[in-house]
Amino acid sequence: MSDDDLQSRPPSPTRREFLLTTGSGVAASVVAGYLPALANDGARESDSTPANSRPTIEGAVPITLRINGKDHQLRIDPRTTLLDCIRETVVLTGTKKGCDHGQCGACTVHVDGRRVVSCLSLALLHDGHEITTIEGLGTPESLHPMQAAFVAQDGYQCGYCTSGQIMSAVALLKEPCGPDDASVKELMSGNICRCGAYANIVAAIQQVRHNA
Amino acid sequence: MHTFDFSRPRDLAAAIAGASQAKTAQQGADVRFIAGGTTLIDLMKLNVETPARVLDVNRLPLDKIEVTPDGGLKIGATVRNSDLAHHPVVERDYAVLSQAILSGASAQLRNMATTAGNLVQRTRCMYFRDTAMPCNKREPGTGCPAITGANRMLAILGTSEHCIATNPSDMCVAMAALEATIHIQGPKGSRAIPIGDFHLLPGNTPDRETVLEPGDLITHVMLPRPVAGSKQVYLKLRDRASYEFALASAAIVLTIANGKVKFVRVAMGGVGTRPWRSPEAEAALMGQPADVVSFRKAAAAALRNAKPQSENKFKIELAKRCVTHALKMAATS
Repeated sequence: MSDDDLQSRPPSPTRREFLLTTGSGVAASVVAGYLPALANDGARESDSTPANSRPTIEGAVPITLRINGKDHQLRIDPRTTLLDCIRETVVLTGTKKGCDHGQCGACTVHVDGRRVVSCLSLALLHDGHEITTIEGLGTPESLHPMQAAFVAQDGYQCGYCTSGQIMSAVALLKEPCGPDDASVKELMSGNICRCGAYANIVAAIQQVRHNA
Repeated sequence: MHTFDFSRPRDLAAAIAGASQAKTAQQGADVRFIAGGTTLIDLMKLNVETPARVLDVNRLPLDKIEVTPDGGLKIGATVRNSDLAHHPVVERDYAVLSQAILSGASAQLRNMATTAGNLVQRTRCMYFRDTAMPCNKREPGTGCPAITGANRMLAILGTSEHCIATNPSDMCVAMAALEATIHIQGPKGSRAIPIGDFHLLPGNTPDRETVLEPGDLITHVMLPRPVAGSKQVYLKLRDRASYEFALASAAIVLTIANGKVKFVRVAMGGVGTRPWRSPEAEAALMGQPADVVSFRKAAAAALRNAKPQSENKFKIELAKRCVTHALKMAATS
């Protein structure tokens, strides 16, 4: 997401922007103290944090990550997972952190067109790879067919797992998968939905497959 | 997560030289190869693994699957589990391997996990994964709280008084039934280890899980030529229908001639401290009628030496029924 995209957003602050720009409150100060430490060139910075107050990251290494067709030249701590790099360094927050241990699928992204859980991979492993996040699938004006199907079939409640579900579902379209619901359920078992929207998620995926 | 130095060795020799600096290739290794990362990153986040150096082997030329001149199959160390499971030769000639891989983990994890990574996959024993708890595998000499604790998922075969952790792999169980050979390059040259000798029993040293030494790099796995006309089945029994580790599983390679068992390989998962081949079950089956009576006898033989813990006695009967049913499935397929 470019700065232009951000500026074209509605003026109301997102939860994230609210936290970043709020000076009081424990949560705000913790988040505000954390994010700039991981922010890098090319990433959006909090307006409230002067650039010269950013601590340098000891042992940081350079990497170019190609995300949604755009190259990002970054300097990151080697420990940075692909997930944390996407969310905190490049500030594409559509990809969600659920369990952070590869068990829930909320962080699913595509690497060279294949779905992976970004929490169990290091960002440093992915220079030269084509990474696609939920932001790279469609836009609010022009949804990806899977996004439109999730809306049409009500494939979510709280929405936290949704970007991972959709990334997984889009990858599934290119994988060997039987025509029945059971085959879809088996291949979607790595994406947990605590609201239990599973039936509608399967319906959304089948809608896209039937229309393909 | 502890910090580490990350590098990408340019070739096999550099990878081996880098890793040979380690004091051990087992638990506590200060140098680790990283491929898919699905076990290593998970355990590094838990501070169970704390390597000072991480060597990226993903771009080494170890990602091919090739049929060899003698009709076997050479599987590169960094072939992704999903690519292996869906390879046409594997689906046709080594179906038990395809089924086993696809019964494990999730589609995302199978896209990441590799052949060699799966071979050295670590146990899911919750005491091993929790650094607040004692664990002889993680910290030798601290004790095994699983023996008197939560052990429902843990092993009933190959245990010792020091460790009862289950080997979690499905892939390795199929490879045991297929009599795979693990090919390793190390500082002293190359060697090939039958999969039955690759994983170690816990004994007094549960921190040592494989024969790997510092600098050893798994380059590929060899499968022998497929057994002509064999029926193959992987049956996995678990608490959920998908995305769950086995309580008991069975890998079967079976050939029947004139109603009698002509060739059979039996391996079990979810019950052993390592992928558990059962020569006892195989011996009980050879030359016998391919019927349920024989299958039940073989299953009983496979579990004869099982030693249950306080919460997993059920696994003995479950594993027997798993082996029996898997043999039935193979015989009637």
